[in-house]
Amino acid sequence: MNLFAEAFRWIVDPSHWTGGPDISGHLLEHLSVSAYCVVIAVAIALPIGVMIGHTGKGRGAAILISNVARALPTLGLLSILILLFGIGLLPITIVLVILAIPPMLAGAYAGVESVDKQTVDAARALGMSELQIIFRVEIPLAAPLLIGGLRACALQVIATLGIASAFAFGGLGIYLINGLATADYTQLLAGAILITVLALIVDGALAVVQRFVVPRGVALGRTDPNGHQKRARAPRPRVLQEGMQS
Amino acid sequence: MIEFCGVSKTYPDGTHAVQDFSLSIPARQITVLVGSSGSGKTTLMRMINRMVEPTSGSIEIDGQDISKAEPVQLRRGIGYVMQNAGLLPHRKVIDNIATVPRLTGVPKSQARTRALELMDTVGLDRALAERYPSQLSGGQQQRVGVARGLAVDPNILLMDEPFSAVDPIVRDELQQEVLRLQSELAKTIVFVSHDIDEAFLLGDQVIVLAQGGEIVQQGTPEEILANPASDFVATFIGADRGKRRLSVSQTQARGDDRVLVDAGGYPVGVIAAPEGRLAVSSASPKSRSVSNKTDQAGDA
Repeated sequence: MNLFAEAFRWIVDPSHWTGGPDISGHLLEHLSVSAYCVVIAVAIALPIGVMIGHTGKGRGAAILISNVARALPTLGLLSILILLFGIGLLPITIVLVILAIPPMLAGAYAGVESVDKQTVDAARALGMSELQIIFRVEIPLAAPLLIGGLRACALQVIATLGIASAFAFGGLGIYLINGLATADYTQLLAGAILITVLALIVDGALAVVQRFVVPRGVALGRTDPNGHQKRARAPRPRVLQEGMQS
Repeated sequence: MIEFCGVSKTYPDGTHAVQDFSLSIPARQITVLVGSSGSGKTTLMRMINRMVEPTSGSIEIDGQDISKAEPVQLRRGIGYVMQNAGLLPHRKVIDNIATVPRLTGVPKSQARTRALELMDTVGLDRALAERYPSQLSGGQQQRVGVARGLAVDPNILLMDEPFSAVDPIVRDELQQEVLRLQSELAKTIVFVSHDIDEAFLLGDQVIVLAQGGEIVQQGTPEEILANPASDFVATFIGADRGKRRLSVSQTQARGDDRVLVDAGGYPVGVIAAPEGRLAVSSASPKSRSVSNKTDQAGDA
């Protein structure tokens, strides 16, 4: 308990927030690199996932590739990539993107697949083109699960970025590495707390977004006869497991 | 007019959904395709808007081979009403109705005005316009489905078992609504049903289908009732169980009316006897509902 108190004292110590590479700088760095990796992963995984969900084709391949990507030892891969490309942002980005793609991919195809087939059939029978079906029916209805995928993806990246600091990258993981190296457990714990809090805040923010994107017509369908909205819990980012069971 | 010429549909797994089917569906009438599951009735209907592509044979609408039409454009010109309404859950009622006009580039305000008019047409309160489908009853949803099908004022309306999922009272109401709409709008309606009573009630022409889209009988409800073409048809319409063979019961009804019973002794209705005579020979076409179990006493 004492260690925790000390860690919090360490975090709020003004001297750790000013001058040189302080907490806010590392925080910002951690956040921006995470965001950057997530954006790349989404740009790759979202269109592929949506197409898999829409066409029902390539699901097996996607699950296989996702599982392989998840099974890759992150640290080992990072070491190899650093040997190949040298120390820098590139190897870290590659590793994190590989790690971030599976949850986003799973969220995207699971989301689109979960849209009622009858609704899609009706949209097609009315004369919507395939692109119109994707953008006007499937994506709006799949939005909560898409955001669920994004949540899992962001969480993964923020957490894993911590260990990237082992290879001379800043971010909040620097406190873990420094703390470990100098047996300064207060600093080590402070770093761990900072990363955890950041991950929770981002996850919480996305959970709010997730609830927000539930289409009104769908949310209303969940109200009970008295008109009270059931507190529909935003689906947790459980998509990680989903692919494995299939 | 819709012409099926030697149409077959074989699925990749080898099932023959429909084999060598030919039929001409007259314009501005209700044609009901009726059969049990596996008769290919829905498959046949979905070929008309190219939701299903025939393996061989051709389909023409007013002399135009539809295989040459662009499917998306073709579908926008044909009304489609499906089971469970198939409404878009994330769109308001009014936007659901206006979906197809919006796709074809009709300005939003104009499409919405038209949607409101259509709500009147199908007997929906305009106050429901801003609701979402999940807030409506099954019957109301189905009315929205019909309004949406009519939104582009199509010549052809396809109805795929639209009332099979609503309760009998609502179904009855909706069926009457279809008859009323048809008397006003005179569309070419292709209606798929597994319910022979519904087929007889709605159809100007009824096509009884057996497995694989084989036409076992085709004609007006009267013709089919009077002369079932085979044992299959007799069984299907319930004639073999005596459900269609009515006789006058000895039970005294109000005035000179007489109670009709079927061969099983089940009371199916009352026949009016104006001026003390049974008006058997002058039965109007709609009096056929006397044989309809769901319409009980007082309708004939």
